[in-house]
Amino acid sequence: MKEEGLELIKGGKRLDGRSFDELRQIRIEVGVLKRADGSCYFELGDNKVIAAVYGPREMHPRHAQDAKMAVLKYRYNMAPFSVDERKRPGPDRRSVEISKVSREALEPVIIKEYYPKTEIDVYVEILQSDAGTRTAGINAASVALADAGIPMKDLVSSVAVGKIDGEIVLDLNAVEDNYGEADMPVAMIARRNAITAIQMDGCMTRSEFEKGLKMAMNACQKIYELQRTALIERYSEM
Amino acid sequence: MYKVVIPGDFLSDDVSRAGEGTYIEGGKVYAMRYGVVDEKEEIKVVPFMGKYLPTRGDVVIGKIIEISFPYWIVDIASPYEARLHMSEVTSDNEKRIEFGSMHTYLDIDDLIVAKITNIDALMRIDLALMKEFQLGGTGRLITIPYTKVPRLIGRKGSMIKMLKEKSNCFIFVAKNGRIWIRGKEEDMKLASEVILKITTEAHTSGLTDRVANFMDSHRSRMGKGEYKVMRDERRRFRAYKRW
Repeated sequence: MKEEGLELIKGGKRLDGRSFDELRQIRIEVGVLKRADGSCYFELGDNKVIAAVYGPREMHPRHAQDAKMAVLKYRYNMAPFSVDERKRPGPDRRSVEISKVSREALEPVIIKEYYPKTEIDVYVEILQSDAGTRTAGINAASVALADAGIPMKDLVSSVAVGKIDGEIVLDLNAVEDNYGEADMPVAMIARRNAITAIQMDGCMTRSEFEKGLKMAMNACQKIYELQRTALIERYSEM
Repeated sequence: MYKVVIPGDFLSDDVSRAGEGTYIEGGKVYAMRYGVVDEKEEIKVVPFMGKYLPTRGDVVIGKIIEISFPYWIVDIASPYEARLHMSEVTSDNEKRIEFGSMHTYLDIDDLIVAKITNIDALMRIDLALMKEFQLGGTGRLITIPYTKVPRLIGRKGSMIKMLKEKSNCFIFVAKNGRIWIRGKEEDMKLASEVILKITTEAHTSGLTDRVANFMDSHRSRMGKGEYKVMRDERRRFRAYKRW
């Protein structure tokens, strides 16, 4: 529980000095891994995430192949050193769930019929975590998929909103996430205003939810622009 | 000038011009892949990266990866394996290959030039051996993204013709992005460096002239002991592989 007297909001600002609807610093680098078909390094404040895409490649085991389309696989994995207290390595209940949710957030944009009977592997490694890693992972994976030349309808952008000290704020950091009242990650296709994934833990009223969702949707537009710029600039430098 | 697009970028209102690498939604054409727009009669997106999708009639360089009587299983740098039937190797009906002796004709890791004759609904790919192309002798096999093959060949073969002349190498470019180079060691080195340069700069204009200049100056520098390989270029190029 929250320590006595810990204020998450002081004088209209958050602990790290951000205003309520301000994102953390974002840095995107495309094509960072030489051996992957597509890759992306994504920083969201103190979150450091790397996504690698392999494929489409031959699907194994064979019986899991889909004769009509490619199968998307998504692995969200936290490095043991990514959090303050060493995390036991390997998949756990939490990361299995996040993998599933993230995969389903990306599936609507991928044109899977293009490469039947294959698999597309997405590996998302969390190198450093400061709340909001699943959203950072989805952002990174989306850029890495585009970099791998996977046929897609659009990019997916993602961000979380939450409630701290009774206020709706954007993009919670670890302290806010731990001691706040609610956390709601949203993934969407920014250009179409279409939500592909939404989760929430904690409590919000309906009006708070609507306010938060609006805030997240606006932020996704900004993230989309950054993802886009990162991809375009990679081939403009020459 | 070239225009880089990402998936979902709006391209045109004219649905009839939608070409490869695009999709249509709500009467509009959008980019389906991350690449460069090629706008002629058709609007196409030429992707920077991607896996080779076999098409009937393509000539590919394949590598034997398995022998499974009466087929050789062939890797064609694609998500799908291809197969070459035993009867492709023997000349007409003179002799049959005995069970267990297929490796004496083509063994694992052998390279072949083959044409894709058929692809069925299960993505089983049949090959026909092109005996007129033998990849014998010592040479190099390099792999580039298949999407760059048209650029490497150039308009009416201008780029590849120039490359062959200036490098003194035999160069065979297959549709699946595999390239066989044969020549003197030094020449092969130059040829593969230049192919990588073409691959990383495929989307820029005036490339043929730039490459020609590069090769000329490279040759003269080599004589003065200033031979410097484009190491950075190589690092940036991911799909590069040499057997």
